This record gives sequence, structure tokens and C-alpha cells, in this order.
Amino acid sequence: MKTWGPPLLLMTLMVVLYFALPFNLAFLTRILIMIVLVLSLDLVLGHAGIATLGQAALYGAGAYAAGLFAIHVWADPLAGLLVGIGAGAILAFVSGLVLMRTQGLTLIMLTIAVASICLEIANKARDVTGGADGLRGIRMEPVLGLFAFDFIGKTGFWYSLAVAALVFLFLAFLTRAPFGLSLRGIHESQDRMAAIGVSVYWRRVTAYTIGGGIAGLAGALAAQITQLVSLESFSFTLSAEALIMLILGGTGRLYGAIIGTMIFMFVHHWAAANDPFNWLFVIGVLVLSVVFFLPKGIIAAPPALASLFKGGRHAGS
Amino acid sequence: MTLFMNIAVDGIAYGMILFMISVGLSVTMGLMRVVNLAHGGFALLGGTFAHWFTQELGLPFWPAVLLAIMATIAIALPLERVIYRRIYGFGDLQQVLATIGLTFLMIASVNYWQGSSLLSIPLPENLKQSVDLGFRTLPVHRLVVITVGLAAILGLWLLLERTLFGIRLRAAVDNRGTASALGIDTDWIFMAAFGLGAGLAALGGILGAEILPIDAYYPVRYMVLFLIVVAVGGMGSIAGSFIAALGLGTLETATRYLVPDYATIVFFTFVIVLLAVRPQGLLGKAHT
Repeated sequence: MKTWGPPLLLMTLMVVLYFALPFNLAFLTRILIMIVLVLSLDLVLGHAGIATLGQAALYGAGAYAAGLFAIHVWADPLAGLLVGIGAGAILAFVSGLVLMRTQGLTLIMLTIAVASICLEIANKARDVTGGADGLRGIRMEPVLGLFAFDFIGKTGFWYSLAVAALVFLFLAFLTRAPFGLSLRGIHESQDRMAAIGVSVYWRRVTAYTIGGGIAGLAGALAAQITQLVSLESFSFTLSAEALIMLILGGTGRLYGAIIGTMIFMFVHHWAAANDPFNWLFVIGVLVLSVVFFLPKGIIAAPPALASLFKGGRHAGS
Repeated sequence: MTLFMNIAVDGIAYGMILFMISVGLSVTMGLMRVVNLAHGGFALLGGTFAHWFTQELGLPFWPAVLLAIMATIAIALPLERVIYRRIYGFGDLQQVLATIGLTFLMIASVNYWQGSSLLSIPLPENLKQSVDLGFRTLPVHRLVVITVGLAAILGLWLLLERTLFGIRLRAAVDNRGTASALGIDTDWIFMAAFGLGAGLAALGGILGAEILPIDAYYPVRYMVLFLIVVAVGGMGSIAGSFIAALGLGTLETATRYLVPDYATIVFFTFVIVLLAVRPQGLLGKAHT
């Protein structure tokens, strides 16, 4: 049960926070949505080792698709989520066919370029997307026909929590399945995996596509709950923040993504409330300290501290 | 024909700005293998110092530019000693993250010091004048930018190919261990090269402020642009950066003239196709 302990604890923590911060439900819901996005990044980057700074492209595609679907076709939330997943997965697959041919820095750069193109298209297609004003007028029907979205955001919170938990379960099974293990193998040594007959390219495209679907799901969730999609959905800042949250928590373990997101969002919230102009300074210091002192993320902190107190200077290395 | 000449002149001036800011990045990324997303931050620091020297201390333009470059280098050198030296050994992603963190610190510092509004660097009278080229008038400022850009590539070529420093630098790049065993102080060489890159970024940031205006969020806004120049040119290749900067500058200028609504889309699509076909860039060596 060791592997299920941390996620169960985190789920309980979210429920406790729901009762502890009843006037901050929008903030808690935002955390849940970011958790879904960062989980998708953990599959792509933490497990498959695909370095990307353009996860916002897939998130934004899901958000705009779900928003437009709700306005023009059908306002059912679950159908909208499926549309969001589809949009993220299709964009990831199409761009992945090109992106996965490259590695390292070039790959990072191209993922940024894809997000920039999406941003520009959304900006220019004003008639469809609302351009810089954002996509407005999204009205959702009740979830499952039973739970209407309310003004305080209770439904939004439970709805997001359910989706985040399902995504976590899905990824937990996927990463333990043979496919997930082969991704880990590719991450460790592409040559070795190619030598035993694995098609590295197609595995990477598949992983990127699944990750894209989940990122699109996060975007769709955000569009439905905030009832607004802005150009920010495609921004470089969003991709960078998702990456920071993931590394903060620790890559390659799904609950690391959850811990990292929660810490980042709370620090961000606190720093922005205290000094809205210089929260970037706090985030910058946080990022640098993690990279330098806890390169494996916060989840590696307890063992690192333990070995420090045991006095073994080289323990753990 | 006039349109063509307009595109050529504006494109080359824009390309020179891109070159001056990016070449330092090409040197540091190619040499030290550090993915330095904070490079645009040094252009920001240069521009901010230039703004401060001219606007608040009332110095004339050129002395202010010189002082601003020196101030930027004075910040870059200790940063290299304390932070970058540790980053060299990290993986790609860790480097990306550390330098994003550093960029945030630079943005927040400039924001705290000078606010988030536009930081103007007024040009002296003789740079504001125009010269008549026959088919159009051109601000002297653009000509100065093109001249300084040409001087920069000539200077870099001489420095790297014709001086002892250049020989040692190339040796340190090719094989740091062996170079160091032969008695070359690679630590010092790398620090000097890093300072040079930061200084060039500052110069490019100040001279380019007319085209790419300076404010606190400058590094995030143009980060992608500088990285793309280096990636398209090929890391560590100064000639590659030069060709890429001129080519991309002209391409972007041309699309802004011809299809203004789709300029960015055409630009990025071109970059994606080019890097998909040639991942190591125009003049980069293929990684093995």
C-alpha cells in the first residue's frame, strides 16, 4: 500500500482544505486543474523523458475546443471534456510527428514554437476565439444533468476533484503497464530500447499524444469552470510554470506532480497577496533553491534531511 | 523594387540587432553547453542601466552605453562564478529551470528598481537624423546599428581566429580536460567568454531598443526569438548565428510588409520546418 499512501493523503488534504477554506474554492479548483496539467507533463517529461516547454499549446487547444463546443454545439460538461481531450490529443499527435524527430534543445525550442503559433492563431481569429478579449459566453449545463454549477464554486470543486482523481488513477495504471515501463526504458536509454526492437519514435509520439489528451482535458475543465478562455491559455508562462511545479515536486512519480503544484500555487498565492509586484522574485528564489539543493524535487527532501542528520557526508549519493 | 529595397534595409537592420543579442548566447550555449534562457536578461540589464545613466544621471548617450555594458559585465562575471559554473554539469532540463529562475530574479529586480513601464533610452540628435538613400530616407540610427553589427562579427572573428585567447578558447571548447592539462586556465577562459557574451547582449539590447523596446518583461517576451536564432544558426557557430539572424530578420520583416496578419505564423512555421529537416541548425555540427 506504500504507493497509494501519498495520493490518498493528498486527496484527503484537498477535502480538508475544502472545509478549511470555504471562501477560496476558486483557488482550490484552480489548483486541481493545474494538477491535471502537471500530471500530463509528468507522463510526457517525467516518464517518457520528452523535454517540452510547450504543454500550454495542448492545454489551450483543449480549452478553446471545449469552450467553442459548449457555445455552438452542446453545453454538456462531460461531452465537453471529451472534446477537450480530442483536441489536445489531435494537436499533440500532429505536432508530435515532427517534434519527436528531434531531441534536447531543438525539441524544447520547437515545442515553444508550436505554442507560439497556436497563440497567434487564437489571437488573429477574432471572429471565432474573441482574440485578445478572450472567448466569452460559455454557459454549462449541470454535470450528469444533476449538479448545476453554482455561484460559490462547490460543484466546480467536486467536479474537478473527481476528474483529477480519475486522471491520477489512469496514469497510475498506465505507467505501471508494459507501455509505461517501455517509456521509462526509453527515458533511460533510447539506444538500448531500440536494440531490443522497440519503436522509440512511435512510443514517444504515443506518449506525447496521451499527454496531449490529458493536457487538453485540463484546459477543457478550466474553460467550463471559469466560463472564459483567454490567450493566456497558450502562454509561455503557463508552460514554464507547469514545468516548475513538476520539477519542484519531483519528476517520474505522479504524486510529486501533485505536491509540486500545491506548493507552487500556495507560495504564488501568498507572495502575490503580500507583494503583487515581486512575487516573481520569490518564485525565482524557490526555483533556484530546488534546482541547486533538491534536484530530485521536494519529495526527495525527507531522505536528504535524514541522511544529513545521520551525519553521513556522502550518504545517498 | 522600392518594396524590395525597403525589406532589405529594414530586414538587415533588424537582423543585426538579433545577431548582436544572440551571438553571446551562441557562444555560451555552444561552448559551455548551458541552455541559458536568462541571456535576454543581460540585454534587459544593459538597457535598464542605459536608461538609468541617460535619464536619471543625465549622462550623454555614448558614455552611458559604455558604462551600461560595463555594469552588465560586472554583474555577469560574479554570476558566472557563483551560479553558472555549477549549472554546466546539469542536464538540459535542470539548466532550463535554473536559468528561468534566474530570469525571474532579473525581471523582479528591474521591476523593483525601475518599475514595469517602458524604459526609454533617448537617442542623441545626430542619430535621429535621416539620410536620403534615393528611394527612401533612413534614420542614421539604423545605419549605426548595421555598422556596429558588422564591426561585432569582424571583431569576434579576429578575436576567435587570430588571438591567443581565441586559440585557447577553441581548445577549451573542443576538449576541456586536455586544454586544462596543457596549462590553459579554462575557468578563466570560460568566465571571460561568458562576460563577452553578456556584454554583447547588453550592447544589442541598448541599440535594439528602438525595435525591441526595453521593459521589465523583455527577457520573457523575446526569449524564444533569441533561442530560435541560435538554434537555426547552429549552436556555437558564430557565422551560423550571423546568417540565421540576417535571414530570420529579413524573413520576419518581409512577412510584416507582405502578409502583416500572418507574419508570426509564417515565421514560426518556417522555423519548425527548417529545424525538423535540419535539427542541428544551418551550420551546427551534428550531435552524436
